[in-house]
Amino acid sequence: MDFALSPELETFRDEIRALVREVVTPEVTDRQHTSGTFNSYELNRALAERGYLERAVPGLGKGDPVELWLLFHELEKAGAPVDGISMALMIAGVVAHAGNDHQKNVVLPALLTGESLVSLGYSEPDSGSDVAAAATRAVRDGDEWVINGTKMWTTMAHEADWILLLTRTNLDVPKHKGLTMFILPMDTPGITFEPVHTMGTERTNATFYDDVRIGDEWRIGDVDGGWKVMGVALAFERGVMGGTGVGIPLLRHFHEWAAHETGADGRRLIDDPVVRERMARVAIDNEVAMLLTLRTAYLAATGALPGLEGSMCKIYATEAYQKAAKWFAHAAAPASLLQFHEPGAAADGWLEYDLRHSPVTTIYGGTSEINRNNVAERHLGLPKAR
Amino acid sequence: MLLELTEDQRAIEEVFGGFFRRECPITAVRAAEPLGFDAALWSRLAELGTPAMGLPEPAGGGGALLGDLAVVADAVGRSIAPVPFVEHAVAGRLLARFGALTDAVVAGDEIATLAVRPAPAGAGAWPLVPAGAVATVVVGLVGDDLVAVRGEGPGTTPRNHAAMPLADRTTAAPSVLASGAAAHAASAHALAEWQTLTAAALTGIARTALEIALRYVTERHQFDRPIGAFQALQQQLADLPIAIDGAFLLASKSAWAGDRKTPGVVDVGLCDVTDFETLASMAFLFASDAAALATDRSLHAHGGYGYAEEYDIQLFFRRARGWALVAGDPTKECLQLSDRLFGPAEA
Repeated sequence: MDFALSPELETFRDEIRALVREVVTPEVTDRQHTSGTFNSYELNRALAERGYLERAVPGLGKGDPVELWLLFHELEKAGAPVDGISMALMIAGVVAHAGNDHQKNVVLPALLTGESLVSLGYSEPDSGSDVAAAATRAVRDGDEWVINGTKMWTTMAHEADWILLLTRTNLDVPKHKGLTMFILPMDTPGITFEPVHTMGTERTNATFYDDVRIGDEWRIGDVDGGWKVMGVALAFERGVMGGTGVGIPLLRHFHEWAAHETGADGRRLIDDPVVRERMARVAIDNEVAMLLTLRTAYLAATGALPGLEGSMCKIYATEAYQKAAKWFAHAAAPASLLQFHEPGAAADGWLEYDLRHSPVTTIYGGTSEINRNNVAERHLGLPKAR
Repeated sequence: MLLELTEDQRAIEEVFGGFFRRECPITAVRAAEPLGFDAALWSRLAELGTPAMGLPEPAGGGGALLGDLAVVADAVGRSIAPVPFVEHAVAGRLLARFGALTDAVVAGDEIATLAVRPAPAGAGAWPLVPAGAVATVVVGLVGDDLVAVRGEGPGTTPRNHAAMPLADRTTAAPSVLASGAAAHAASAHALAEWQTLTAAALTGIARTALEIALRYVTERHQFDRPIGAFQALQQQLADLPIAIDGAFLLASKSAWAGDRKTPGVVDVGLCDVTDFETLASMAFLFASDAAALATDRSLHAHGGYGYAEEYDIQLFFRRARGWALVAGDPTKECLQLSDRLFGPAEA
């Protein structure tokens, strides 16, 4: 085995690091927490200008999943707001993979500018983990489709130009076989949204579709073939594009703070053996999460669709992150209770933020339980339990 | 970048996986208890040249990389084979560094081992040396000296959790291989090799523990269905391939770092760790936990039968702990790792 980055990848990494130093200022990272939108157009534009977006999208440019991993790994380590751009790139990959010429001509170039965001319309008020039970209806009417329904957790919808929409087109077949995917402009008449504010600051939305009429050119994949498109999107989502490196900035933030913080016994916090053991264990977890993610990217680079490996690294990374957030909040208590910009806040408020943000990570993008079901059934070959 | 076994390594996996499946059925593991050494199996391994595999070619060895040895160690772990492959390979490489290899060690006629913990000051012995019961040459630290001590092992072991051939070994009549900084550096490197290969062996234990669990939960029926159909069990078992893959990747990365000619780096703030000894410590700690988790979950999935001597999982459960804990308290290992990652603590 060989874990060395090629000279080309090393150069790419150094370029990203230089860009991060230049663009991801404290103001940029701070703005996501005050605005609730984990996106930075400055960053997206800078990435687009250098051609990194196109270069990294699966199926486009170089289309090297290892480069894609490297891009998000570096951004995430820096604490950059990547949710917007990672969804945009993921859907760019889906369009490149499964889209028609119209979408490739209209949607793809827009996404690659970094100015145009996309929201994921999978979950509904009554279907989350059971995503294939989506009830939002799309009915053919001549050359058009008429869509009615409600989507939940449509993050970025308030800024997005596009929504990837999972709809029901067939009621007479098993639920997985009656789904069709669309990608449509958010300004299509009949689409409205309401904000949903979250404990972790991030704003998401509920979106409503009332007699939304669109042409067939916005359908992505086959009629009743939506589940297949979903599989492509999930394989890109889980693992490679961010979300599994969150423990790295957490450890760094805690380490930097604990190195200068003196406890009641006059000892630096970082010299406390209990704290040191935990820091070492978090470092191991970060390394393992990184290797599992890299492996996912590596498999994708060899032509596989590593959905299962993505599930595995998501489970591991997010649960390790929650454990680390808890440990460091304990070690830094009560200063870990103070939020951003409060005097005396541990690690400038990051520990409090991670404590608040970490619970969602084992929920979104597939809960740990759903991912474990996947591993049990498809990797271990155990009987289907639902 | 190559995140899978090389063609050579796949061939090694096939040869040794096949060898241990054929030559070391679980009955052989049981028969070798309580000593935990099967002399006939070791001889057959020696016929294949296995003891010399990782030794330098000029010394009559096979010149294999640490990454190749890790593949063998994985196979040893899968079959919990009662042979000191890891100890012999590491001690042999250490002896070779100082030109102290003998033909008998190269051939495997004499077993060499590593005292993984230094001798306590004034004790005159290394306590509970792995493979100490059967080794003729013990290499280890005594104070600031790295020494080799020759002598027959006792051939018996205090009854122990994992049926390992442990023994206290005297540090008397040593030949000094190195002193001072050179001794500590060579010892640390050898320990990192031992940790890396043991991590691979522990990964192998975890793999078989999972296989055993999957077989059992598929066969065993309760409430009119295989117990493997219950989500409560499925969710517990689903953690295991994650731990196994993570342990395998980390042990492989450590082996890769050990085989590299260029020094590595430690930048924990960017999760950029390529230093061999740091990775070895991480790999060892993680694989210890992975093997403990896998054997724990697998045993539990068996219900009461898992606790019964007749069922094989208990053999793996005990070795998952013994092979790791012979090196000492994992929390102390964690603290040493912390020193490497974050710099030493101030008193």
